[in-house]
Amino acid sequence: MSVGRSLFAATLAGILALTLSPASGQTLRYANQGELKSLDPYTLNESTTHAHLGHVYEGLVERDKDLKIIPALAESWETPEPTRWRFHLRKGVKFHNGDPFTADDVVFSAERVRAQGSNLLNRLPADAKVVKVDDYTVDFILSSPNPILIGQWDVWYIMDKKWAEANNAVAPTPAAATTPSYASLHANGTGPFMIDSHQPGVKTVFKANPNYWKKPEHNLKEIVFTPIASDATRVAALLSGEVDVIEPVPIQDIQRVNASPNATVLSGPELRTIFIGMDQSRDELLFSNIKGKNPFQDIRVREAFYKAIDVELIKNRVMRGLSTPSALMIAPELYPLSKEFTRPKFDLDGAKKLLTEAGYPDGFEVTMDCPNDRYVNDAAICQAVVGMLARVGVKVNLLAQPKAQYFAKVLKPGGYKTSFFLLGWTPATMDSQNVLHDIMGCRDDPKDPNRGEANLGGYCNKQLDELTDKVLVEPDMTKRNLLIKQAFEIGNKDWAYIPLHQQALAWGVSKKVKLVQRADNQVLLYWATKQEE
Amino acid sequence: MLAFTVRRAIQAIGVMIAVGIISFSMFRFAGDPVNQMVSMDTSGAERAAIRQSLGLDDPVIVQFGRYVANAAQFKFGVSYQFRLPVSQLLSERMPATLELAICATIFAMVCGILMGVYSALRRDSWLTHAFQAISLIGISLPTFLIGILLIYLFSVTLGWLPSFGRGEVVRIGWWTTGLLTLSGLKALIMPSVTLGLFQLTLIMRLVRAEMLEVMRTDYIRFARARGLTTRAIHFGHALRNTLVPVITVAGLQFGSVIAFAIITETVFQWPGMGLLFVQAVQNVDIPIMAAYLMMVSLIFVTINLVVDILYTIVDPRLRSTVSRAH
Repeated sequence: MSVGRSLFAATLAGILALTLSPASGQTLRYANQGELKSLDPYTLNESTTHAHLGHVYEGLVERDKDLKIIPALAESWETPEPTRWRFHLRKGVKFHNGDPFTADDVVFSAERVRAQGSNLLNRLPADAKVVKVDDYTVDFILSSPNPILIGQWDVWYIMDKKWAEANNAVAPTPAAATTPSYASLHANGTGPFMIDSHQPGVKTVFKANPNYWKKPEHNLKEIVFTPIASDATRVAALLSGEVDVIEPVPIQDIQRVNASPNATVLSGPELRTIFIGMDQSRDELLFSNIKGKNPFQDIRVREAFYKAIDVELIKNRVMRGLSTPSALMIAPELYPLSKEFTRPKFDLDGAKKLLTEAGYPDGFEVTMDCPNDRYVNDAAICQAVVGMLARVGVKVNLLAQPKAQYFAKVLKPGGYKTSFFLLGWTPATMDSQNVLHDIMGCRDDPKDPNRGEANLGGYCNKQLDELTDKVLVEPDMTKRNLLIKQAFEIGNKDWAYIPLHQQALAWGVSKKVKLVQRADNQVLLYWATKQEE
Repeated sequence: MLAFTVRRAIQAIGVMIAVGIISFSMFRFAGDPVNQMVSMDTSGAERAAIRQSLGLDDPVIVQFGRYVANAAQFKFGVSYQFRLPVSQLLSERMPATLELAICATIFAMVCGILMGVYSALRRDSWLTHAFQAISLIGISLPTFLIGILLIYLFSVTLGWLPSFGRGEVVRIGWWTTGLLTLSGLKALIMPSVTLGLFQLTLIMRLVRAEMLEVMRTDYIRFARARGLTTRAIHFGHALRNTLVPVITVAGLQFGSVIAFAIITETVFQWPGMGLLFVQAVQNVDIPIMAAYLMMVSLIFVTINLVVDILYTIVDPRLRSTVSRAH
């Protein structure tokens, strides 16, 4: 009797719990061209992966809708000395499994992110000391000042020490692991969503976290994420209403999506700058018919190339209006003084004259390396450049390859084997210093440079490097911006690169859904609301 | 007979080793896997450490030898992108591909035989001409185009069928099936049609030609003279005699249905082995590429071996030529 009654009571309680628990709320279905490979937040430093995991995990800081750094798991922080950062942690935050979030987790995450197998080593200098002051205070002690220390901390997610230790996931899954790590298939963060199920490369279901420390801005019960690699299928899935959000919409399909009754395209400038580079380091180009000298070492040739390329034509024809021509190697959103720079005008006659002066009245031949599956219409941009340079007599042999082969050839591990190339860059720190250091800095070591690591053309100007070093340690923002300006001016005066444009973001969004598009192309659905169905 | 089988099996192993050597020597041109595993601003020392830990600096022949030694113990390595064992990934994806391949083959057999018989019996009917036109389309249009056209017609315009994925699946042990749910069945229709269309064309044309051939033979004429019903003649005698070559072709084609499922799976985002393979190629995920290629060659080799053995059983003349040759 009593058993029956308690069973009845339990069932009743169960039903009540079901109706009271957050069963209300919408299901949002989202498709991206790429897949979510691992749930371990330290194994791949890639923005789409960070965006996915940002629903589950959180950093000490986060970036708001305008990319400004705001407090997250740290309530506040200060720098009592330039080399010591003190963080005051938020109290009462719990991981999804119920473990409380404390300073131990921060110290643990600081060790794990610098451990072998981590791909996020640049989050924290290897010699930085992380000291627990009390349960809710942590000090970071650096060997040299770094005003942009927390620039990438929005995507340095804090993990649960206890959970990682209990599940043998203390170290990030190394590349050569023979057994799958628990952390690559399971997740335990503090974020607004929890992983409900995850089948790598097939489907991932996120459930809303009922105990989230912040008031949610979404009205979702769950997010169902499916990768759809084929462009046509992804667009079809949006148009037929099977998914609510897709990223990206191919440029050629934007009109069709906008014409449909169900969905629209949300577009805006992206932070990535697409540019063209020229090999200025070798005394003879690897892939050219000019022997014994390197035409790109002549500043007039670089200027001629810059002026022979019509970015407005690329914008109108190749990008169908969805690009913002750029005078700088960084997006205007990331550098406040960008407006003070203007792009030199397209000038065909001037370009021809410069080439004649440089001793190439009939031009020359050079091979251009170009990816064909990395940036928006990348190969088409290169084809347009080939046509434009043909008008000043330069014969460009285009080598457009999939990104796997392209990057293997042109990047550092491939020995920078390129004479003329197209590349895109988003500074990971969202700051000009990264551009000046990685792309425009002199390679400090011919084999394995740190400065100038992604400087594929080997452009070098010591004056610029000196400014970059000052930028790194200058705490005063106004002075810092002026230093950056001087550095960019040197780069432009040297015609170091040919910046083309910032490409546009294009997300396909169902008319039932409202969401925030952040310029770093992270699809963050915790700001999404969906109409009731 | 035993000697024959053993010889064929040894040949099959030789084929697989050849496939392995060819694919291993080609992986070098697929790009640098380490580039796909780390971000662009990863330091050289870190990259070098990863290369070393994966043994990518060793000569191809050493890498291949290590792979074969591991494969012999059923160790197929760990995927570079997912950091999961390849055998686990492939076995998770295998049910999707096999269900798709079987449904496509059944669709091709049933429709192909019916259409073939009809067009052989009613040579001048308008429906026969329509079938001929369809078969022409099936042979000449590329698979991905057919898939996209179907998606735009049945998913976007009419909204009847899902445009991607497998729908809801039911887990039975390690096998997942979409055959037990409505959404799973709906999701199977378009990919099966797309994948099976080429086979359908082949079977239809084969049945039609065989059927015309058989209808001209003496025993059909005698059957008519005996006064058997048309139905019994057509289906009991004529069709049965056309089926032997049809089944052979369909069996041999099953291997290529699995292998060519790559394109259909990509178009419909079907979570099978083909899609896994395509994404592995894009990301230079060598362990997945190697295992998939070995598996497909194993399927081909096995089917051919079985067919060869069945032939010798069915046709004793083959057996005697084999024994006479030695």
